[in-house]
Amino acid sequence: MMERNRQRGNVLLSTLGFSLGLILLFTMVANILPQVEGEAPVDSEVDLGALTMDSFVSLGEELFRGKGTCTLCHNNLGRAPDILVMNMVDTSSERLSDTRYQGGAADVEAYLRESMIDPSGYVVASFGKKGSDDTESPMPTVNKAPLNLSDIEIDAIIAFMQSKDGGEVTVALPTEAPAVAEESAAGGGAAPAESGEAAIAKYGCSACHLISGSGGDLGPDLSGIAARLDAQQLQQAITEPNAVIAEGFAVGLMPTDFANKMTVSELKMVVDLLLKQ
Amino acid sequence: MKPLTYRTLLLWVVAVAIFSVGYLGGDLGGDSIWNSASAMERLVEGEEIALKPAPQPTRGDYPNIGVSSRAVVWVVAQMHLFFGALVLAVPMFVVGIEIMGLKTGDDRYDDMAHEFMKISLTAYSITALFGGTLAIALFLLYPTFMDYMMGVFGAQMLVYAVLFFLETFFLYTYYYGWDALRYGNKKWLHLSLGLMLNGAGLTLMFVSNSWATFMMAPSGITDVGAVVGNIWEIMKGPLWNPVNLHRFIANIAFGGAVVGAYAGFKFLAARTPAEKAHYDWMGYTSNFIAIFAFLPLPFAGYWLMAEVYAYSQQMGITAMGGILAWLFIVQAVLIGTILLAANYYLWSGMSRTEGSKRYQGFIKWIALTIVLCFLIWMTPHTLLLSASEIAALGGSHHHILGPLGIMPAKNIAVNLMLIMTFLSFQLYRRSDKEATVSWASMGNALLVAIYIAAIVNIIFAGVYYGYFTNTVYKVGSSVTQVVSTLIVIISGVIIDGMMYKNAKVKYPAVWGRVTNRSQYALFALPVAFTWLMGLMGYVRSSVKTHWHIYTVMKDNSPDNYIPAIGYAGNMVTLVTVLFLIFVLFVFWVANLSQQKQVKPQEAEA
Ligand code: HEC
Ligand code: HEC
Repeated sequence: MMERNRQRGNVLLSTLGFSLGLILLFTMVANILPQVEGEAPVDSEVDLGALTMDSFVSLGEELFRGKGTCTLCHNNLGRAPDILVMNMVDTSSERLSDTRYQGGAADVEAYLRESMIDPSGYVVASFGKKGSDDTESPMPTVNKAPLNLSDIEIDAIIAFMQSKDGGEVTVALPTEAPAVAEESAAGGGAAPAESGEAAIAKYGCSACHLISGSGGDLGPDLSGIAARLDAQQLQQAITEPNAVIAEGFAVGLMPTDFANKMTVSELKMVVDLLLKQ
Repeated sequence: MKPLTYRTLLLWVVAVAIFSVGYLGGDLGGDSIWNSASAMERLVEGEEIALKPAPQPTRGDYPNIGVSSRAVVWVVAQMHLFFGALVLAVPMFVVGIEIMGLKTGDDRYDDMAHEFMKISLTAYSITALFGGTLAIALFLLYPTFMDYMMGVFGAQMLVYAVLFFLETFFLYTYYYGWDALRYGNKKWLHLSLGLMLNGAGLTLMFVSNSWATFMMAPSGITDVGAVVGNIWEIMKGPLWNPVNLHRFIANIAFGGAVVGAYAGFKFLAARTPAEKAHYDWMGYTSNFIAIFAFLPLPFAGYWLMAEVYAYSQQMGITAMGGILAWLFIVQAVLIGTILLAANYYLWSGMSRTEGSKRYQGFIKWIALTIVLCFLIWMTPHTLLLSASEIAALGGSHHHILGPLGIMPAKNIAVNLMLIMTFLSFQLYRRSDKEATVSWASMGNALLVAIYIAAIVNIIFAGVYYGYFTNTVYKVGSSVTQVVSTLIVIISGVIIDGMMYKNAKVKYPAVWGRVTNRSQYALFALPVAFTWLMGLMGYVRSSVKTHWHIYTVMKDNSPDNYIPAIGYAGNMVTLVTVLFLIFVLFVFWVANLSQQKQVKPQEAEA
């Protein structure tokens, strides 16, 4: 019996040793490969006030290679048109004159934007989803999840593509009061507000929110909001109200078009004002 | 009772089971009870509540326990999955072995099946233990996420609980009823219990798979996560069935490999020829199960990846071409280990019969092909390279190795390895027999022709599509190759089945006549399988990138990044070693009860 136990012990030791050795080998292989981590995108805060066209273009490049994950597909491996190498200004014009093109874009900027927010609108030949006969693009809609690029970010990417190919950058810098502000309904075509209070009055936030002691109760009370949200979250709450919903309130009540209507400086003033609440 | 009662009962049980699955599932069209019940619930609850979007946790919503929450959940979840896989897989092939025993009237099958079940039984409690711990860990560490998941799957929890109860019930009655219901009609009752056990177990797995696939590719909800579909629509996302199939097959391979190690250990520790013979046979059977289940696994993997690409190309590329791509080198090492070990075991096993001498000459060629393919498979290519790596290689593709590294070359390699493994397997199966059918030589010629045609086709498709056409068509080659391999396997099984149906065993195998060294293959297999499973868990979870529920609920925890392969490898090693320790415990317990049963004098006789 004793000898038997000893034999068992030996078998245990040698099989265990063998197994552990093998495990170690696998671990080693995993550790000698290049170590890359996939960072979650961080919403970098861009100081729109100090933005120059150069920094806007490099923001676009950064987004293109980073948060936008464009290089995942747009590279030299043939998964998607290699738009980094192709001249996208010329390509866009070619696409627009293609007989298959049915979209609504008339210039390079519009074509590039359309490619990003409505990829299936026009699918580059042979790159469509398998079996869709080039009617469906595998490219994600960039202003939807999982990418969720904002309009400003999309503009930056367009600026990057235009500038890399020597074209004229036609997208407007977001610092200048965007053209849409003029036709903004809530503002009634008024000039940009001069102060936070004025902006809040202009956009009628008090209709739904209690701010500085007065206002409605359709939305959350914003007195003391700074304790709950930081500048970035406040900005998101205003520009993408449905991204995060305040507890106890319904989706879709808060207007979603402030991002288009407000000028950058207005947004900043409102956020600053709320931070002081 | 009339003799056929139990058999009739079995038929009824199967019929009712099939009917209820179809009826409850309601996928066959129209509303079923399940669907309409939840639809009614929605009406009663009213639209506003039903349309509540997914909460978005902020960093502060995750409790900080000092160590990485993800690491904790990772270990516990993986342990639960390892044991769950074992517990689900073993009864599947045990029922198969039991049926074999019934058909052949050979009691050895029955005894072996019973012994396998013993392992499953102890493992079951451990599975439940880790399952409970996992639930607690998730609720404590990811409260917002779990809250939402409970809201989405709420109705299903009851079903899960019932299934769990059924699984327990059938497991215990099946195991403990073994000797009481051993012969005659009672055997049919026992088999029905086994079938029900598998039915409950599989359904349980499908239900819990739906949680994971919902997180990867949610369905039945709006863009912001408000529930609009019924529970069936939520479960039946695009990845559900591919994952179901993949896990089903992989579990069998995994379970076979683990019990193989048990047999290997007992063989090495055995002292009497009878003991050695028994465990040699058991080890061989386990290896057979593991490899036979393993061969189609890559094809299930193809399907899963194809569905991932169809769901989101971005997710597909993140897995196959993004930062996770390195992982497939490690995967190649693991699968190479598995195939080499399995082949080595088969070749060593040929010493059991004289009849194998005929085939001895093939082995070195098979071995050579497998090793060559293995090397090609491991050659890296379309991966992210750092600037210095690119400079060192003189371009992003190595000029000699480059062409070998691309996907079609790898596909040639993988498919040839699978074919060679099947060939080893087929030669082994034939080695103790002599075909007696009149068309034996014609059958052989046909088989050789099929092998040659398939191999030529695989190489041609790979080379032609890989090097002479536009990249877009490269994917097309893999389908041809996969079909060729499948045809070899299927026609091989069919032709041999017919050819050797009534063949006489000319060179009976002498069980136990095999080297000690060959038994180590039975350890390499489960170790590599376990590690591989852990590694694949890392990819499955990582393709979601920084989302808890892809596109719907962001992961804002400190762990919302994809860890590097080295870290993942260390984690996988940690769980594999833990699993090893627990498995040793399970074996020890299984052994304990056996020592009372088998008297040494009897074993010697
Ligand atoms: C999952 C892969 C994938 C990702 C990620 C992706 N794309 Fe694409 N993209 C494609 C494919 C495939 C096409 C070609 C089919 C089509 O026209 O939609 C394409 C087409 C385009 C085109 C039109 C090209 C042409 O030749 O007309 C532009 C512009 C573009 N993408 C920009 C982007 C930008 C900017 C990003 C990052 C924010 C991005 N893509 C991310 C796959 C992707
Ligand atoms: C039509 C009513 C309405 C108007 C007008 C409106 N909001 Fe809101 N707002 C809501 C509702 C409802 C919510 C809660 C749901 C949500 O988070 O989207 C909300 C949420 C918010 C939040 C997040 C509060 C929290 O606790 O998370 C902020 C900040 C905010 N609004 C600011 C503004 C500002 C600034 C304006 C004016 C530019 C404005 N809102 C105009 C209805 C409105």
